[in-house]
Amino acid sequence: MEPKIKTKTLMTPKSALRRVALLVPAVLAASAFAVQTDLTAKRQGELLYILEQDCGSCHGLTLKGGLGPALVPERLRDFSTEDLTRVILDGVPGTPMPPWRPLLSENEALFMAQVLKSGDMVK
Amino acid sequence: MMMWARLGAVVTMVGMTFGSWTAHADDLRGTGDMGIVIERSTGSVLVVENTTMTQLARIEGLGDLSHASAVYSRDARYAYVFGRDGGLTKLDLLTAKIVARKIQSGNSIGGAISQDGRLVAVSNYEPGGVKVFDAATLELVADIPTGSKAVGLVDAPGNRFVFSLYEAGEIWIADMTDPAQPQITKFEDVGLQPYDALITPDGRRYIAGLFGEDGMAMVDLWNLDKGVTRILDGYGRGEEPLPVYKMPHLEGWTVAGGRAFVPAVGRHEVLVVDMETWQEVGRIPAHGQPVFVMAQPDGRQVWVNYAFPLNDTVQVIDTQSLKIVKTLTPGKGVLHMEFTPRGEAVWISVRDLDLLRVIDTRTFAELKQLPTTKPSGIFFTWRAARIGL
Repeated sequence: MEPKIKTKTLMTPKSALRRVALLVPAVLAASAFAVQTDLTAKRQGELLYILEQDCGSCHGLTLKGGLGPALVPERLRDFSTEDLTRVILDGVPGTPMPPWRPLLSENEALFMAQVLKSGDMVK
Repeated sequence: MMMWARLGAVVTMVGMTFGSWTAHADDLRGTGDMGIVIERSTGSVLVVENTTMTQLARIEGLGDLSHASAVYSRDARYAYVFGRDGGLTKLDLLTAKIVARKIQSGNSIGGAISQDGRLVAVSNYEPGGVKVFDAATLELVADIPTGSKAVGLVDAPGNRFVFSLYEAGEIWIADMTDPAQPQITKFEDVGLQPYDALITPDGRRYIAGLFGEDGMAMVDLWNLDKGVTRILDGYGRGEEPLPVYKMPHLEGWTVAGGRAFVPAVGRHEVLVVDMETWQEVGRIPAHGQPVFVMAQPDGRQVWVNYAFPLNDTVQVIDTQSLKIVKTLTPGKGVLHMEFTPRGEAVWISVRDLDLLRVIDTRTFAELKQLPTTKPSGIFFTWRAARIGL
């Protein structure tokens, strides 16, 4: 089992982004994420990669939509971060949006929701 | 006389400038051994050669290529690449250059080329519909708004395009005999959420996969009066579907020995259908949610890749025994597979390793690795002569 590392001294979003950027060059253009999290930089990088590449299968690599709707901040305005976290974890019944709970922790879904709300992934 | 003289001068000039190019007949080549590979994150395309398993060129500037696909002109010289951002790009494989490009919608999903090779159609999500372009110039010829996401667009004999409407649950046939005045035939209530479709190699049957129901909707294009037939109805047996982390694709048609192989949706199975009776004749337990289920050109084996998070695996099904005979793990992010024209090798794109792997389909030995950047779709020029591709 992978040990869960809680960093007391939180990485600043900018330094986290720099490290993440090594893993996800395409995210480099984004500004710093205004995100509080105890996820490791490595895991954040993995999640951003999933967000771009795998969420991107349906929502577009640029998150401007595909079979699934666009995930740009204007469209997400009416959804709270908690709403988005719940959609990520439980999916949207009756649509192709699957529940990610089997694959993501609540904290990880929250991180993704915060990134989406920030709009930093949208190119 | 004057004109000939002038033309002569131009030819001489070209001859001088590109002397080595014009002088050697060795530099002439066909495109039959060529193909393209989409690099989805960088908006670029590789031009590749099958026999040497090499990259010949890289073409940049194609925009957002997530979920990009391509069709070929009938001379197999030009590729039409359909980008997610609505970009339609015409590439010349011989010069490795973009010869025409336009942003034709806000958000598109795929395209097709007409039977006569003169028209290229693009299916769009936003705004929903199909636009038809002159294959030579990419000038708009016809616009078919649907008010719904258009998916599963294919060409059919009779210079027709067939496609499905995701939200509306309809199948439309556009007869392009008069390209400026498409004649539309609509089938309503074909089922919930058709997400993709395919056409049989003879161009007779169009089959849409349904996301919202266990089953597929089939139209016999030889007998339109018979309407839509449901096949594989209720294959999920009422069980709760598993989460689908990537939509399956019905690109092409996976036929072997009179049977068709299709991905189940929300079940980790490949379904087998008899093409005479259209009844299910088998289901093969698989590693995960199948994405592409593709038959080798000889139909002897079917290759399957899987949705996230099991997308590091490819399985090979023997079409006689319906058993999985090989499980390969090319690496995380296997997005597409393409066979060489006669199927002695398969090219596999492995997104997360930034790699193309070429595999011997008989021995499963790896023949070559090619470095690329986030490869996705692979499209070889043999598609130029196939109905529905």
